Amino acid sequence: MNYYARRLLTLLLTVLFVLLLTFAAFRIIPGNPALVILGTEATDAQIALLEEKLGTDRPLAEQFADWLVAAFRLDFGESLRFSEPVTHLIAGRLPVTVSLAVMSLVLTIAVGIPLGIIASRARGKAADMLVTIGTQLGLAVPSFWMGIMLILAFGLTLKWFAVSTFTPWSENPLLAVKSLVLPSAALAVPQIAIVVRYLRTSMLEQLGLDYVRTARSKGLRESAVLYKHVLKNALLPVITIIGINFGELLAGSLVIEQVFTLPGIGSLLITAIGNRDYPLVQGLVVLIAFTVIAINFVVDLSYRWLDPKIRLQ
Amino acid sequence: MKRMKSYSLVLGASFVSVLFVVMLISLVYTPHPPNEMNIRERLQAPSVRHWLGTDNFGRDILSRVMVGSQTAFEVGAVSVAIGLLGGFLVGTLAGYMGKWVDELLMRATDALLAFPGILLALLLVSISKPSLFQTMLAIGILSIPSFARVIRSGVLQHKEADYVKAARGLGAGHANLIFVQIAPNIASSVVTTAALSFSTAVLIEAALSYLGLGVQPPDPSWGRMLNEAQSYLAKAPWFTLAPGLLITLTVLGFNLLGDGIRDLRDKKS
Repeated sequence: MNYYARRLLTLLLTVLFVLLLTFAAFRIIPGNPALVILGTEATDAQIALLEEKLGTDRPLAEQFADWLVAAFRLDFGESLRFSEPVTHLIAGRLPVTVSLAVMSLVLTIAVGIPLGIIASRARGKAADMLVTIGTQLGLAVPSFWMGIMLILAFGLTLKWFAVSTFTPWSENPLLAVKSLVLPSAALAVPQIAIVVRYLRTSMLEQLGLDYVRTARSKGLRESAVLYKHVLKNALLPVITIIGINFGELLAGSLVIEQVFTLPGIGSLLITAIGNRDYPLVQGLVVLIAFTVIAINFVVDLSYRWLDPKIRLQ
Repeated sequence: MKRMKSYSLVLGASFVSVLFVVMLISLVYTPHPPNEMNIRERLQAPSVRHWLGTDNFGRDILSRVMVGSQTAFEVGAVSVAIGLLGGFLVGTLAGYMGKWVDELLMRATDALLAFPGILLALLLVSISKPSLFQTMLAIGILSIPSFARVIRSGVLQHKEADYVKAARGLGAGHANLIFVQIAPNIASSVVTTAALSFSTAVLIEAALSYLGLGVQPPDPSWGRMLNEAQSYLAKAPWFTLAPGLLITLTVLGFNLLGDGIRDLRDKKS
């Protein structure tokens, strides 16, 4: 089968599986979901009403078919707590989470790539050890604790940033950026560690290849060799890694929003779980999973497109 | 390069052993009873009496982080065991049977991998009341795909090897082929996966407990301690240090250990 057809089929199957899993998760709850939500003191009439609203009074197959159709139309019903369409609620919170993720992506690239280049210039045992320890530490620190430490250092001690107040973009874009600096930095730390590690390995690999010797022997300046040739080739796998990790960034922001009390979809999800607001939880999980799947798909295709060696195969 | 690689193995192994010893000690001894409250001694800075200070109920932080390591090891070990068992079933079935069984199981693992770990964990814990058991189950399920992949590719790689063909020719059964012939050859990559899954488990448990959706009181947890510590960040900044550092060291130790074992294997082949 053609690569693209195969990849598309996998994508569809993955989407179907995600929908099946999110559907099943709330149907395997021991007992009646309506009863779980309302508690044991609910009257029969209340339960019947909620069952009708949730659709749990109908046969399973019918429920699943409806769920599939609704999910593809991005219609996840109404939130039980807020009595508002789930899609509405999510759309209202999306700007915060997206700007948080994009800002940490920008930070990752702006800090990770120069650091990776510096790390690749330093060779030898001591440099290897330093880079290994640094990147391993960056990967091991839980980002929510990193967030707490950043609040402690830059919020409470140095007082450079206001703590736990978010200014919406519409009010004051400058303050909005400022309130996202610390959370996006906390999110970016492990991503930066990954970029540094990959870029260094990839650059050291490229430096050992024949074309570098050719470029040097024809008298090219070292900086031209490094930036025009080596870096260009070395960046390709790094871009893929950044793309694939965007999903992790999005997931990380779920927790980070809680640390900085940002009103994004992460805090919405945590509230929804606390309230047993199943339609809202389902909608959020499906939407986040779809986003991650879509990003990985695009990254995968663009990688093949960017690298002629793979494209021609 | 070679020296550095054994270096990460040694460093990882020593971190993990130290933490393991601390966990063992906490089973029989802590400087103070970890749940003993003392309102007059609340939020005290580190001192001779309380090496790491006290929390908002006047409980000794050192004793509490020591006991917290029990939860970290328990969650890590149990969820890795669940992941390994599930991954073994899926991986060997897929690799051994091939064809549509393989295709189906691998697409299912792809789908599970498409969920970022914490999101899947949140979905699973939202189903019922948060508890230690539910946390371990959720983390165990989400570590199944990585074990399944490693085991499947190992089985595929060795299934057609001459030594396996020879054993089959001699009349070895399926169980013998899987456990006696193939398993020892993929053991090191499985151990690497186990070490890395362990550190992921510790990280996710900490995050879930921080959010209040993981381990519940009275079970001690570093993640929940960080949540409590954040409310007193200005008054008692030392409160957040010990649990955070311990999570970091545990994750670092298991990551280094996993990398070290993989490098050792790469060098051999």
